[in-house]
Amino acid sequence: MRSQYLWTASRKEENVSFASFTWYTEKRERKYVPESGQKRGWQEDCSNQSSAIHIQKASFHLTTHIPCVPPEPEAMASATLLKSSFLPKKAEWGATRQAAAPKPVTVSMVVRASAYADELVKTACQDSYKVTTHIDPWMNNHLKVLLIIINYCKVEDSLEKKTVASPGRGILAMDESNATCGKRLASIGLENTEANRQAYRTLLVSAPGLGNYISGAILFEETLYQSTVDGKKIVDILVEQGIVPGIKVDKGLVPLTGSNNESWCQGLDGLASREAAYYQAGARFAKWRTVVSIPNGPSELAVKEAAWGLARYAAISQDNGLVPIVEPEILLDGEHGIERTFEVAQKVWAETFYYMAENNVMFEGILLKPSMVTPGAECKDKATPEQVAEYTLKLLHRRIPPAVPGIMFLSGGQSEVEATQNLNAMNQSPNPWHVSFSYARALQNTCLKTWGGRPENLKAAQDALLLRAKANSLAQLGKYTSDGEAAEAKEGMFVKNYSY
Amino acid sequence: LIKTAKYIATPGKGILAADESTGTIGKRLSSINVENVESNRQALRELLFTAPGAFDYLSGVILFEETLYQKSSDGKPFVDLLTAGGVVPGIKVDKGTVDIAGTNGETTTQGLDSLGARCAKYYEAGARFAKWRAVLKIGAAGEPSELAVKQNAEGLARYALLCQENGLVPIVEPEILTDGGHDIKTCAAVTERVLAAVYKSLNDHKVLLEGTLLKPNMVTPGSDSPKVGAEVIAEYTVAALRRTVPPAVPGVVFLSGGQSEEAATQNLNAMNKLEVLKPWTLSFSFGRALQQSTLKKWLGKKENVAAAQATFLVRCKANSEATLGKYAGSGDGDAAASESLYVKGYKY
Repeated sequence: MRSQYLWTASRKEENVSFASFTWYTEKRERKYVPESGQKRGWQEDCSNQSSAIHIQKASFHLTTHIPCVPPEPEAMASATLLKSSFLPKKAEWGATRQAAAPKPVTVSMVVRASAYADELVKTACQDSYKVTTHIDPWMNNHLKVLLIIINYCKVEDSLEKKTVASPGRGILAMDESNATCGKRLASIGLENTEANRQAYRTLLVSAPGLGNYISGAILFEETLYQSTVDGKKIVDILVEQGIVPGIKVDKGLVPLTGSNNESWCQGLDGLASREAAYYQAGARFAKWRTVVSIPNGPSELAVKEAAWGLARYAAISQDNGLVPIVEPEILLDGEHGIERTFEVAQKVWAETFYYMAENNVMFEGILLKPSMVTPGAECKDKATPEQVAEYTLKLLHRRIPPAVPGIMFLSGGQSEVEATQNLNAMNQSPNPWHVSFSYARALQNTCLKTWGGRPENLKAAQDALLLRAKANSLAQLGKYTSDGEAAEAKEGMFVKNYSY
Repeated sequence: LIKTAKYIATPGKGILAADESTGTIGKRLSSINVENVESNRQALRELLFTAPGAFDYLSGVILFEETLYQKSSDGKPFVDLLTAGGVVPGIKVDKGTVDIAGTNGETTTQGLDSLGARCAKYYEAGARFAKWRAVLKIGAAGEPSELAVKQNAEGLARYALLCQENGLVPIVEPEILTDGGHDIKTCAAVTERVLAAVYKSLNDHKVLLEGTLLKPNMVTPGSDSPKVGAEVIAEYTVAALRRTVPPAVPGVVFLSGGQSEEAATQNLNAMNKLEVLKPWTLSFSFGRALQQSTLKKWLGKKENVAAAQATFLVRCKANSEATLGKYAGSGDGDAAASESLYVKGYKY
């Protein structure tokens, strides 16, 4: 089988340069140009052999097919490889098929095991006893291999709270981009200046005892490097509180060409070097939010793109020491019922896990941030917390391997109380993974309103935050009751066509 | 489907794989110099199914088509015998493997044609679960190839869906052969790759995972490689499963694939002793590893039946204890039990 392909796939108009493959018949050389900053890559020396690279554009999936037969001189086409002259003549077809018995070729592919494997697991979850990982069989013998096994054990109160997936704790998502933060500030009549953003974030992270209920905080880039007015780094305050700092690393949603008006998430370019820098600044986990819209289909393309982007991001994050939080948000917008959400969610998660497996992502070192399975916001039939819990748990049981340590749900526009109740319903019996929260609006809403931008309201605002954090902490332990919840907390926060 | 699957996965019980095709059972019988005729095949199966006490440790038995319609010597259909004893009868439904052209000796499994109709028929005959064996191998050139993995995964998914449509719980069996000189890490990586592809296909085909069982290989070094201890095998195997098998699957019933009876039991035991969260039960679906020493005791002679049945009971009990992590090892050092059952390039 002779295979001569010229293939360049680049999507420059979307500011992403994908892989570029060039196959020169004269030189018989093949190069794979990895994304910049990435340490992975493979080279193949195929000096007397030809091989084929198949790229299925729809799924961005790379396979190497290796039947290798030295090409016969008369079969070599010219450099403009798209001529049909390389196709065998009909008469030869039988003969060439016989001759093309594949000779096995060993390709040395270097897939580096993450040097951060141990740390990733420790950040994600509690005590790992033994540490051994393995690598895909395409590896060189001299590479180090370790396989990770996690033991779940009871966390004693005195145990150092280093891990994100610890009982009774969840994540505070405070990674609103400047534009989004501006909307929040505007809602309480404040101007969107750095000083105001700094004041607000300082308020959040210095709430006393926050670390009892919050294990991690997702920051925006600006916040990662920010200090308080007293000159103390926000990251340091978090660490002192026993809260692991995390960082949003995606670059937002843009329209997905060729889809049904859907979006995809940018951010892979230079991701590795950015994450390495964030690691230096103290971040230990990362977040990437992509969306899937049910009213728009979702189209097969959009689902695949979402899943593949997450898988790439997860692999790169692990390579640079950050635990990736994998967030394919299925938007609340729509009139669909809970069954439809369930169906779409199953598909999305099947794709996501498969692509992550293909990208050699280590599941013991990731966290998930799914949306709960609920009816659409405009659906006539509302669902009780028990129904939401039933569907969501069924989804998790069918799609999430037990190796994943933690699942931290997003609130996505539910009211503060709704989000807490649903979480509580899910934790009424033990689960194979830590089922917790990663809330933004559902933690901050009342706090923000209470603050109103006035320093004298600081304590009251922090108390409001702690109140919600504690409620959700109890929900994580399955012990929450909604007695005493204020009316405001029950107010829905769904905004149609909300863009972050 | 869910109820049946859950029952088969009861801790403390497992599956006897007695579904050797006529050709394969012929090899077993010839190894003890017994002629491969229907009466002998029936006699062997009757020996196994009437072993006193064995049913306490078995939740299912996989049968070959011939056996599904056979009766015991006193005229009772085997299926009824099993069902009365609380053992679910199952049926092998695949039609063997064929080579995939263009690969280096890799195979795909046949049997999808009219599978739905056949399953319906088997259901009527009393079967409640089915088995389909996909075979993959690890090779120096990176086998299993993407093509082989995809093919076999898709085949398994189609089979599973058809079974469920006709009331049978599908046992999904992607066996990765031990043949080769690879180390345990390679086997682990390949197992994870294959299981990920299998579950992707099952999910894409909308198979009800709660109504399936998985029959994987244990993660071991290749047959030509140095042996490792049961704890190591247990760690790698459980890690691979934790990374690929969703908790919705009620049970994982391992194949023995040429391990000796004793080794298979020890490995299973080690896995169940591992202090790690395993949301599925880990049990057995052994063929050779349950029958080997029994066969050697029987030798085809009526007078040996009782002794052979006693041997069979010993193995069933041992594996039952292994599923609970309580197996203490066979103190008697039975040589037959420790004999490796590996045959290079074994063809079923």
